[in-house]
Amino acid sequence: MLQQLSWKVGGQQGEGIESTGEIFSMAMNRLGYYLYGYRHFSSRIKGGHTNNKICVRPTQVRTIPDDLDILVAFDQETIDVNYKELTEKSVILADAKFSPVSPEDCLAPMYIVPFTEIAAELGTSLMKNMVAIGATSALLNLDKAVFQGVVDEIFGKKGTEVVEKNMQAIQQGFDVMAEQLGDRLGEWQLIEADGKHRMFMIGNDAIALGALTAGVRFMAAYPITPASEIMEYMIKKLPLFGGAVIQTEDEIAAATMAIGSNYGGVRAFTASAGPGLSLMMEAIGLSGMTEQPLVIVDTQRGGPSTGLPTKQEQSDLMQMIYGTHGEIPKVVIAPSTGEEAFFDTIQAFNIAEELQLPVIILSDLQLSLGKQTVDPFDYSKIEIRRGKLVQNEEIPESVDKSYFKRFEVTEDGVSPRVLPGTAHAIHHVTGVEHDETGKPSEAATNRIAQMDKRMKKLKHVQFNEPVYKNVPYEEADILFVGFNSTRGVLEELQQTLISQGMKVNHAHIRLIHPFPVEEMQPLVANAKKVVVVENNATGQLANILKMNVGGHDKVVNVTKYDGTPFLPLQLEKQVKELLADGNI
Amino acid sequence: MVTFKDFRNNVKPNWCPGCGDFSVQAAIQRAAANVGIQPHDLAVISGIGCSGRISGYIHSYGFHGIHGRALPIAQGLKMANKDLHVIASGGDGDGFAIGLGHTIHSIRRNIDLTYVVMDNQIYGLTKGQTSPRSAEGFKTKSTPGGAIEPSLKPLELALTSGATFVAQGFSSDIKELTAIIEAGINHKGFSFINVFSPCVTYNKVNTYDWFKENLTKLSDVEGYDHTNREEAIKVVMENEGLVTGIIYQNEEAPSYQAQVPGYADTPLVDQNLKMSEQEFNTLLQDFM
Repeated sequence: MLQQLSWKVGGQQGEGIESTGEIFSMAMNRLGYYLYGYRHFSSRIKGGHTNNKICVRPTQVRTIPDDLDILVAFDQETIDVNYKELTEKSVILADAKFSPVSPEDCLAPMYIVPFTEIAAELGTSLMKNMVAIGATSALLNLDKAVFQGVVDEIFGKKGTEVVEKNMQAIQQGFDVMAEQLGDRLGEWQLIEADGKHRMFMIGNDAIALGALTAGVRFMAAYPITPASEIMEYMIKKLPLFGGAVIQTEDEIAAATMAIGSNYGGVRAFTASAGPGLSLMMEAIGLSGMTEQPLVIVDTQRGGPSTGLPTKQEQSDLMQMIYGTHGEIPKVVIAPSTGEEAFFDTIQAFNIAEELQLPVIILSDLQLSLGKQTVDPFDYSKIEIRRGKLVQNEEIPESVDKSYFKRFEVTEDGVSPRVLPGTAHAIHHVTGVEHDETGKPSEAATNRIAQMDKRMKKLKHVQFNEPVYKNVPYEEADILFVGFNSTRGVLEELQQTLISQGMKVNHAHIRLIHPFPVEEMQPLVANAKKVVVVENNATGQLANILKMNVGGHDKVVNVTKYDGTPFLPLQLEKQVKELLADGNI
Repeated sequence: MVTFKDFRNNVKPNWCPGCGDFSVQAAIQRAAANVGIQPHDLAVISGIGCSGRISGYIHSYGFHGIHGRALPIAQGLKMANKDLHVIASGGDGDGFAIGLGHTIHSIRRNIDLTYVVMDNQIYGLTKGQTSPRSAEGFKTKSTPGGAIEPSLKPLELALTSGATFVAQGFSSDIKELTAIIEAGINHKGFSFINVFSPCVTYNKVNTYDWFKENLTKLSDVEGYDHTNREEAIKVVMENEGLVTGIIYQNEEAPSYQAQVPGYADTPLVDQNLKMSEQEFNTLLQDFM
């Protein structure tokens, strides 16, 4: 029996590859397995190779394995592009329709199954994906009853006949495959899972759900890969809470509308990717200067410019920390799992209001779009903090029409915040340097007082667990450091290296800026080598780490910027090469 | 009773003596008083440039944003608090150059707010460069040989972009301008108001006298029907945009907010942020 299953379906974009993966995943999820998915896709609607790789096992999984156990191919390209991931224990299931050819050096056997033909005989070739799922279930020896619930849910509203036909397609796929397999039937059976019902979602779902739970009532956004799902979720759900989403004319409007709404006292945000964030930079400065809360999600993708719009990268880090001209206080947080994406989003809204500044939620394509199993979110952990917001309080009238001190210099740098509409609290807000009441002022003493006041706020960031730590060793040979979606691959590699006798610690940074120096300093000090693993070319996180914590003599960097996520075996090889080079 | 004096504050404007913007400020203050709103129920959102300073010169909530982006800030605010009266304002550079995209889309979107453009056909604060509203051949520091590009036509643009309220005023006629802004505030939708607000320092062509000579008041045009869009486009074209008054108004068109599915009747700002455990669990079900 398999400890974990690595399954991939591939074909032309627009022919149902995504839904094949979706249906298979839903079924495995209902059996209580943990799943983690990776989508290979291109920036076009139809045509071009696409595939969906899913790892299934009874324990938490947050990375895609290097190898494949089962490859389901709807075209020759799928075989040609992916067969190198196959071993002698793997298998190809290929649609007879395209007369598949197995490459000479392919290690895995190929079974040719008439997916399309069976589907067409049942009424429509569109059901070929169900036939393929049926064939897969023969390899895994799955009870087809598992699929009944899933098919009911997806096709139920189309009527019982459609449900029936799809179930027949699964059955026939199973039967044809079983016949071909003979006594190999069920050879790829997975060890049993606990049958518990868990959530299965993409990171963007977790972020959107977090925003809604945090009390967001307004979103302004412009569509972009890989962020659009956040807006789409809010469009579906905000009407249930009286709120609204505006799809704006551009990202500048999105960010400034969100600022306007926050100024009005409503939690509002926007979500985009690198190109959108570049356009929002001036607005981010406005939020910082006018001390209006603002939350922006940056789902990183391959840059620069249009770059690799559908590929994984983590290269916006520096821009998110430093971006906008001049100096403002800004908080950058980077969740690495579905659960963190949910709770960190809530934290982002709390911090934005408490400290009255912009907060960037940094994600990456793999976290945003990769489907993963998530343990239930604990309602009792949801907390809403609004800081020094003055609500439902009588403010004494001023005789001389002097303005409310909205930018009062205080100990922690945070001033009382009143909302437009409040009687006797009129004040001015401007991106021009201003005094405590918001009136423009160029006076040197005022400039220093206001600049110091704003920057001081960064010393008061209340963030729960700024670093995820799995540090079993007081003195480690290696400390792995990463952020966002590299969490799973580093967890996996840490265990592998420990089993080989090395002392390996792992720290994943959740609060990127201000950098958690106190948390990281001892970990770096107590490691022989610090291996920073990140999806970019210049080692941005490694540089941030060195800048804040030092350790120039021991920080080494593994980078990857080919558009794909790190894989455990590949990374193990890279790390060992580093060690062999006398770096350790 | 609220009077225009309640909308005055103790800040001295830094505009040049004689600047058209003084009258726009006064007209907004009078219009707000006439409508009967309290200063704290008004928010003036402005852009950047000489005109952008206006949000600091009116005793009301004021937000001086970034160049060209007064409109999205104003729209976000209005979405958050529908009970507030929101006036966005800025110059012709703000609304027709850097922020033109927002102008057109705000007009299309029809969120209930009032937009006042102080149109002086020149860049003043940067000391005299051409504007999208400068006439062809207009000589400035940036167009020493005369502007090559034709002047942008804001009224025609608004009328063909689905505007529900289009008007134009002139700084010299505070009475008419006040009435226009008042009508704009009362209009249930986006009101677009362009105001000829002469720059006495850098525009020696489009002066107060020049406008007095060339402007036609629509109230003087016999039988003019401002509910007829075709007629509006015609009168604007015939007069090469040099008209004042309410050019077009569609009182039937619902505002954006009136059409948003599920949008709460009470202002969003008054909502309780925390959702119940039951609501939360229902949301989680989508992912099970």
